[in-house]
Amino acid sequence: MDPQTQLLQLLFAGVSTGSIYGIIAVGFNVIFKSTGAINFTQGEWVMIGGMLSAFFFVSFDSPIWVACAAAVLCIGVLGVLSERFVIEPLRNPSPVTLTLVTIGLAIVTKSGVMLTLGKNPAGYPGFSGETPIMIAGASLHPQTVWIIVVAALFMLAVHFFFERTLTGKAMRAAAADREVAVLMGVRVRHATMMAFAIAALAGGVAGAIITPLTFTSYDHGTVLGFKGFSAAMLGGVGNLYGAMVGGLLLGILESLAGGYISSQFKDAVAFMVLLGILFFRPTGLFGHKEIEKV
Amino acid sequence: MNAPVKHASVQDRSALKRERRRSLMLLAAIWLGFLVWPAIAPNNYILALGSFFGIYLILIASLNLLMGFAGQISLAHGAFFGLGAYTSGVLAVKADVSPWIGLPSAFLVCAVVATLVGVPALRLKGHYLAMATLGLNAIMTVLFNELVFLTGGPNGLIGVPGFTLFGVSLANETAFFYFAWTIAGLVMLAILNLIQSRPGRALRSLAGNEIGAACLGINVTAYKVVVFAISAGFAGVAGSLYVHKNNFASPETFSFFISVLLVVMVALGGWGRYWGAFIGAAIYVAAPEVFRTLEDMELFMFGLIMILVMLFFPSGLVSLFERAGGALRRRERAR
Repeated sequence: MDPQTQLLQLLFAGVSTGSIYGIIAVGFNVIFKSTGAINFTQGEWVMIGGMLSAFFFVSFDSPIWVACAAAVLCIGVLGVLSERFVIEPLRNPSPVTLTLVTIGLAIVTKSGVMLTLGKNPAGYPGFSGETPIMIAGASLHPQTVWIIVVAALFMLAVHFFFERTLTGKAMRAAAADREVAVLMGVRVRHATMMAFAIAALAGGVAGAIITPLTFTSYDHGTVLGFKGFSAAMLGGVGNLYGAMVGGLLLGILESLAGGYISSQFKDAVAFMVLLGILFFRPTGLFGHKEIEKV
Repeated sequence: MNAPVKHASVQDRSALKRERRRSLMLLAAIWLGFLVWPAIAPNNYILALGSFFGIYLILIASLNLLMGFAGQISLAHGAFFGLGAYTSGVLAVKADVSPWIGLPSAFLVCAVVATLVGVPALRLKGHYLAMATLGLNAIMTVLFNELVFLTGGPNGLIGVPGFTLFGVSLANETAFFYFAWTIAGLVMLAILNLIQSRPGRALRSLAGNEIGAACLGINVTAYKVVVFAISAGFAGVAGSLYVHKNNFASPETFSFFISVLLVVMVALGGWGRYWGAFIGAAIYVAAPEVFRTLEDMELFMFGLIMILVMLFFPSGLVSLFERAGGALRRRERAR
């Protein structure tokens, strides 16, 4: 393969995993904005997205997109239930307590999937078949196109939600200043629930569209969660648009590192970048320095 | 980050002294109590659990030092545990260095790495150390796996010799128990002295309110970096004990999941509560034994218990004992 084709091939791979990281990072950011916590369950929701879609696809013999849509909806409900039964009962928790609780939630979610859906890897065919599309000598899996399109649509939907709808604006208000938001009549507890719903939906979508390419099993979630988290860091924690750019950058960097340096050190390269960002530009590429009043 | 801080109020000197004497006596009582373990342990397996309790006590207490007294979360404590184990183990296997040199080397290497990561990450307020250590743990796991010529890679580091004392091997289960328990006792004493000293009180103020502490003239960043380095160094000591006890180290023992579990143990025991580390370590050692019969349900039960504890005992299980102790003391006073 000539160098240009190889580069193109690596870029395709990078953009598709990067889009996934970006969606996961959006999920992280929504919960971080609303609660200040790092949500360890995020990656598990991605994993369930794939596992449930596969389960629906196989068990009910339904079309792939129906299986995926149903799975994503289920995960949204799961996010709401998690918030209602685990997060909401904590009265005025600190971000650290919340973070710890999400670790417990992640463990329960992961082992719950293992107990109900089993330990075997699961997968299903791409949304529009498996025949690769050839572009300038590089082959492109049709699912990659789906991933990019869905990621773009997802970002648009999130943008629309937070900029145009009343609920979205209320959530931003609650994130900016909880007390003032309460005084303005925003139901802050409701805002946290919505944040969990959106984050869970983000996880579900990411899982449903990546699984045809990578397969999934109950223990795949944690790593995806980290990558999404690193992407969120790269773009600046709490910055929704930074998340997508951070995800794409991380995906491409990883893919290039895997292709040109060594596939074994691929993960380390991603985290080296993360450490570099932390040390030299801790607010992320697009973050603003926060000024705190004493 | 408002960690639960006990005794935040200003106390007079005699009260501090009384508190210190009481803690020292309790630590001595626990330490002496454990000396009978080899006599009551029915078999070598249970006896070895006692040794592991000592090792995990060092690990969890040192993480608690960072989390509770500097208000920072490290997600690389498992990696420092591993770095200590590999430092001491590789020195012994590849360079024939005595474990007695390996143990302080493990402390030093971990402390230096922690300082390198800590200086840039701890300048900033907030979650940055958690994020940096998350990356650090991932990188270390890759290194443990890929530096095959040093670490043996995924197959692990084999043939690590045990500790010897004056030519006598400490490989014997009972001997190692006393040895591990001595080191654990010393580390716990060091941590107790640290938190009850003047710098220790500075640290507690830091976990309570960083800006307030800075206003009182405490060099917040320097304190945090030093605590992080000490905490990582003790994790290295635990690693060294572990590798010379097991004669083997494998990367998965020091994975990110272990780091998360250690954070969980600190929270379960009682975050920022000195005695909480004992409960955390006890759970860490006992849980796999208790849940073993549950097989696949093990992890599920574990997560569930974790959530329930956080919901009902947000300041950790040690608060149960504290409440009982408080009630007892009140009853004595009423008499």
